[in-house]
Amino acid sequence: MTRLLDIKDLHVGLPAGGQRQYAVESANLHLDANEILCVVGESGSGKSLTARAIMGLLPKPHVHIAKGQVNFQGEDLAAASEARLRQIRGSEISMIFQEPMTALNPVMTIGGQIDEVFRFHEKMPGHERRSRALKLLQDVQLPDPEQALGAYPHQLSGGQRQRAMIAMALALDPKILIADEPTTALDVTTQAQVLRLIKQMQETHGTGVVFITHDFGVVADIADRVAVMQNGLVVETGPTEEVLRRPSHPYTQALMAAVPSLIPRAARPRAEEKVLRVNALTKTYRGGGGLFGGKVRVVHAAKEVTLDLTRGETLGIVGESGSGKSTVARCIVRLNDAEAGEILLGDTDLRPLGRAAMRPHRAKIQMVFQDPFASLNPRSKVGRIIAQGPEMYGASRSEAREKALELLRIVGLDGRAYDRFPHEFSGGQRQRIGIARALALEPEILVADEPVSALDVSIQAQILDLLDEIRDRMNLSMIFITHDLRVAAQVCDRIAVMQSGEMVEIGPTAELFANPQHPYTTELLAAVPGKGWFSADGKALTEAS
Amino acid sequence: MAFWRLFARNRSAVMGMIILILIFLMAISAPLFFPADPFSLAGQSMSPPGENGFLLGSDSLGRDVAAGIAHGAKTSLLIGLLATLVAVFIGVIMGALAGYYGGIVDNLLMRTTEMFQTIPSFLFAILLVAIMKPSIESIVIAIAVVSWPAVARLVRGEFLSLRNREFVLACHTLGMGDVRIMLGEILPNCLSPIIVIGSLMVATAILIESGLAFLGLGDPNIMSWGFQIGAGRTLLRSAWWVCTFPGIAILLTVLAINLVGEGLNDALNPRLRDRS
Repeated sequence: MTRLLDIKDLHVGLPAGGQRQYAVESANLHLDANEILCVVGESGSGKSLTARAIMGLLPKPHVHIAKGQVNFQGEDLAAASEARLRQIRGSEISMIFQEPMTALNPVMTIGGQIDEVFRFHEKMPGHERRSRALKLLQDVQLPDPEQALGAYPHQLSGGQRQRAMIAMALALDPKILIADEPTTALDVTTQAQVLRLIKQMQETHGTGVVFITHDFGVVADIADRVAVMQNGLVVETGPTEEVLRRPSHPYTQALMAAVPSLIPRAARPRAEEKVLRVNALTKTYRGGGGLFGGKVRVVHAAKEVTLDLTRGETLGIVGESGSGKSTVARCIVRLNDAEAGEILLGDTDLRPLGRAAMRPHRAKIQMVFQDPFASLNPRSKVGRIIAQGPEMYGASRSEAREKALELLRIVGLDGRAYDRFPHEFSGGQRQRIGIARALALEPEILVADEPVSALDVSIQAQILDLLDEIRDRMNLSMIFITHDLRVAAQVCDRIAVMQSGEMVEIGPTAELFANPQHPYTTELLAAVPGKGWFSADGKALTEAS
Repeated sequence: MAFWRLFARNRSAVMGMIILILIFLMAISAPLFFPADPFSLAGQSMSPPGENGFLLGSDSLGRDVAAGIAHGAKTSLLIGLLATLVAVFIGVIMGALAGYYGGIVDNLLMRTTEMFQTIPSFLFAILLVAIMKPSIESIVIAIAVVSWPAVARLVRGEFLSLRNREFVLACHTLGMGDVRIMLGEILPNCLSPIIVIGSLMVATAILIESGLAFLGLGDPNIMSWGFQIGAGRTLLRSAWWVCTFPGIAILLTVLAINLVGEGLNDALNPRLRDRS
């Protein structure tokens, strides 16, 4: 085995006055050829900055390598000149990013961008560059390489863009590939394909891969060795087998325990009373056309979706991006207008109601949003955000204040939060505030649109527990939109699976997991990362330690 | 106070602020130091600076240039501020409605805005003042009418991007009314760029006012820097001081306001905060 990379005592300094002095502190890592090293950690653990430090891509001068060495084949990159780093980047060490849409240049064709890599680093005639680019796109299994060469990034799907990025990164056969959360923005089936591709490419080229991720499932699927980071420190490293089976550091154990299990939780009795019935709900988006006609693009976001919700039940709607699950949620809370079908709340059909007629029913269906940073008005104090709902429905100022304070307590926040601004809270706390706002109107139905997908796993678990608790306490019914089957298994009594606007299957969670009827459900279940490791109950494959 | 710390980091902005305060003090203390009407004949005509008791000289009719500058400061600041307030008011309403409702409303309002933008703004202002009688009100109206489209476009852009944010959607699910969402939720989030563009607009308004007064379209009863320059322009070679000092006053004021505007931009725009 050749040692490719040897990071010794790496310190990455942060600007003075920050949360901590070093983003990464005395990190010791190494990477051999033909090996995949997964660096795992939650947000703020310093995993991405470690990767960037290797490439010399830190946002200087505020963030810089304060101490330590990054030895790449005997050469210390921490001390290398910018010119030398430019030579190495792309040809010896290359990188792929989380969001291929922003990492690719939107006004250049894929072929043009791969061509650039060749032109910068090697001298070869145009036709040869083209044939090499074509070969690369074939290698990463893009469906139509010829066409992809002339395509612009926006003309490809997310998975195809990531494949194109991988092709670009591997163009000059680098010794090291650094992948910073390359599959986080992708759907689970696409993620499975891209992971397989990275593994395959790594094996055929003998590349060393540093793979940054927050997902233990992905680690289990792809890693040879694992390094776990927490608050800038590498707390545990070792072969995947060992770290996953016998995690020695308490943080690793906690992280692994927080990975939701794929075994559905015990079924609960289902109430008779139906609080919401949705019949043949249809929503179509029309785009394009424009002032002078032209081709109108029609997207069927929801095609005759039918479901019902009983009191106290949690119904999950799962699907990949573009499946229409969010559209259904937004039509139910009437943020979007569906063009056909019925939304029966009790006996009232909400769908045809105008804004004024809808108003008295608003309070009964409330929503929790995905992004805890965008869903709270940055200029409003937390207290106002929660109290304004009840005030609008006639509560006095002091009543609304009492109510808000009580809700803050219910969602597990201190009453002092009332007078503070959202930016003073972490993502998980903000999500609690969002939940408190939704509860302020005492709804019967809570629609949660991916409420935990922007959160770290350990916080995810807390928010899921909270949602469970308030559902029981307030006898709420919940519609829970998610793309994550593990999360769905833990919170949902029943699950509806959606694919390109259609509901392909609906059933009790346990039955659906054990015996999926539709091939798409089977495919989704098979694509869940880390199935082999965590399938039993999340921890069963971990030996007691 | 955190805001002042950020603002004070920009040295030239603090400089501009000081100049601006001095000009403001000059404007409010003008009646104290120059109690006489600045249009009145104060003594020997065409006196160079420092002679015959004129600090900055006198013009062809024996009017005191220094008195004119002191009284003119009030005119410039007043018109600049008033015109900007009116322009921002119209611009915010038009932009907010267009950005928030989109569709037909947006189309109508924006085409109207574009109609205003097709006419060169200074010519348009001259036209408006010429149609109305030259007076302080007509000048304010004229400047506001030619300035609001820029605000409207800015506000529309902000509203367009903010209206689909989740916190606004959350207000919809609470059943909040449109006016309340626009004023209470969205507007506070786009105040910073409005303040910045407004502050820079005061400078433009002062320039337009001076230009109008220079062309003889100012309020005939109110002393103004532009009027002074206009009155002295034929004497530029024999009595340089008549044009020069009011010119310097305009230059300093506009420069100071621009510096302050730039400083506000740095302090209020978090993305620029750490540029070094």
